[in-house]
Amino acid sequence: MKTALKLAFRNLIGAGLRTWLNVLVLSFSFVVIIWMNGLMAGWDYQAKTDMTNWQIGGGQYWHEQYDPYDPFTLTESHAPVPAGFSDELARGTMEPILVVQGTIYPEGRMQPVAITGIRPGQEILMIPTFALDTVVTDAVPAVIGAVLSRNMQVKEGDRLTMRWRDANGMFDATEILVIKVFSSNVPAVEAGQIYIPLEKLRSMTLLEDEATLVTFSDSEKERQDAGEWVHKSKDELTAPVDEIIKTKTVGQSVFYGILLLLAMLAVFDTQVLSIFRRQKEIGTYIALGYTRREVVGLFTVEGAMHSVLAAVVAALYGFPFLWWQAREGWTMPIEASEFGMAMAQTLYPVYSAGLVIATVLIVVLVTTIVSYLPSRKIAKMNPTEALRGRIQ
Amino acid sequence: MKYILTAFLTVWLVTGYSQPKAEEILERIDQNMSSENRVFESSMTIHGKRSSRTITSKSWSVGDEKSFTEYLSPAREQGTKMLKLEDQLWIYSPSTDRTIQISGHMLRQSVMGSDLSYEDMMDDRKLTDTYDAEVTGSEEVDGRKAWVLELTAKVDDVAYAARKLWVDAERYIPLREDLFAKSGQLLKRSVMSDVVEVDGRWFPKTILYKDMLKQGDGTEFKMLDIKFNQDIPEHIFSKASLKM
Repeated sequence: MKTALKLAFRNLIGAGLRTWLNVLVLSFSFVVIIWMNGLMAGWDYQAKTDMTNWQIGGGQYWHEQYDPYDPFTLTESHAPVPAGFSDELARGTMEPILVVQGTIYPEGRMQPVAITGIRPGQEILMIPTFALDTVVTDAVPAVIGAVLSRNMQVKEGDRLTMRWRDANGMFDATEILVIKVFSSNVPAVEAGQIYIPLEKLRSMTLLEDEATLVTFSDSEKERQDAGEWVHKSKDELTAPVDEIIKTKTVGQSVFYGILLLLAMLAVFDTQVLSIFRRQKEIGTYIALGYTRREVVGLFTVEGAMHSVLAAVVAALYGFPFLWWQAREGWTMPIEASEFGMAMAQTLYPVYSAGLVIATVLIVVLVTTIVSYLPSRKIAKMNPTEALRGRIQ
Repeated sequence: MKYILTAFLTVWLVTGYSQPKAEEILERIDQNMSSENRVFESSMTIHGKRSSRTITSKSWSVGDEKSFTEYLSPAREQGTKMLKLEDQLWIYSPSTDRTIQISGHMLRQSVMGSDLSYEDMMDDRKLTDTYDAEVTGSEEVDGRKAWVLELTAKVDDVAYAARKLWVDAERYIPLREDLFAKSGQLLKRSVMSDVVEVDGRWFPKTILYKDMLKQGDGTEFKMLDIKFNQDIPEHIFSKASLKM
């Protein structure tokens, strides 16, 4: 085996440019696969972290009627917060949130919004609700997200008329003052939502002590549904991120496939050419006592060694590149908020040992198989003819 | 003292007789505007920010409880039908060949992009049942003397906390109505004009509805032809007639 490896290595280096071209293409596959998978892992990590920080905390309780994708359910989806939550509410590890349908009129344009009542002193979510503590005598203080601000062309200090209905369906309207515009990587908390103090919204809508959802910070605690409140774990709430990443990963696999196919075509061609041009050598090996299986093995190792060399070359230029990417991130050329899901403008790849090892193993395995396929021809060769160098 | 008392009584009697009570005015409006049934063709022009569009329709209605409307134009809306039976509303769309019931929150949606909601159309409770009314004076509207009525909700489940009505002092038809939110913010205004006499009753042929918080010139509702107390076959007010 040692001799086979030595021979294979010497033959490979002896082939010169042909080998290095193959190795370069293969190494490129290594780096791209690791980088793109790292990007996906980084997105997954960042999206879930951002969702935890800005939107869902450690999980939520939803009123059974609440459907975030159907604003019409908001009319019916509210109830008094269960008494069993009072301890956590008092400690600030649970936050009741009331969501009501409303309309704002920026410069006379009619825009539906979700009016979200939240306690100004809450510390579970990163939304700057502290700004809601601002004393405004002639308007309701409000905080909005950058997406709404951009879409409505509303900025800090602007006043808007807001209209809503109370629990009985009676219209009411007031002026709101935009105290703060915040920016996050979670469009769901930024688009179409206006945050105002919870108690103010409760009194405006005659929904005293009621909420639409309750966010908690402790994701580890064992929790059950509580009456008409449905428990939603962090995993359930971040499931859409997993779905999207799964879809993207499948799409990317096609790209890896094409990349590997090109590299494998080159390796395959090289192998076919080697066997064709080195028939005398093959004959000599057999004459010297090599079994046909050993010769096939020698050529397979030689082909597979392309991938080993490629791994070394990939490490030479790939490591600095991947390290630089993990540090600086990859900034997307298009507006990330347009995707409508938690996604930062700059994604930072996250690499794991498992990812690198799996990539190396896959590429080495595929290269070995591709190297073996043309080598099988050797087994059918007549050694005498091979020694003479006759084409078989 | 006797003269002062006589003068006071005279003024009280004169003003008392000349300014009817709010309930009386609302009653007279009901008498004037409502009929056993009516058949009318109308156009609804929705004035948007950039353009306007007109929808024409033909309606059959009995009292405030039953009405059936068929949209005649434009082509996109042609054949759409709407049936209202008391507090239920169905809409038939020919493009999907389906009938859907508009209920709950859907009643709060705008009717074909206009300034009117289905709920506005559905509201058939008498004003005297839901509001306390008071005559607060008189003003001139389009050259006609009008009583000014201020209505305050006496029940919780009405859409508007207060209304202000300007009623023609002679013909007893509303000339203008303002609808207010609980906070007192003016939300909607309707202005009635082109008052004509039809079958012995006064009727405004044009009503302009305007969402006062929104830009645009509102929605203009015009009666093109109206007939009162006609023979309307009962089958019109059935769900089967929506697909006919």
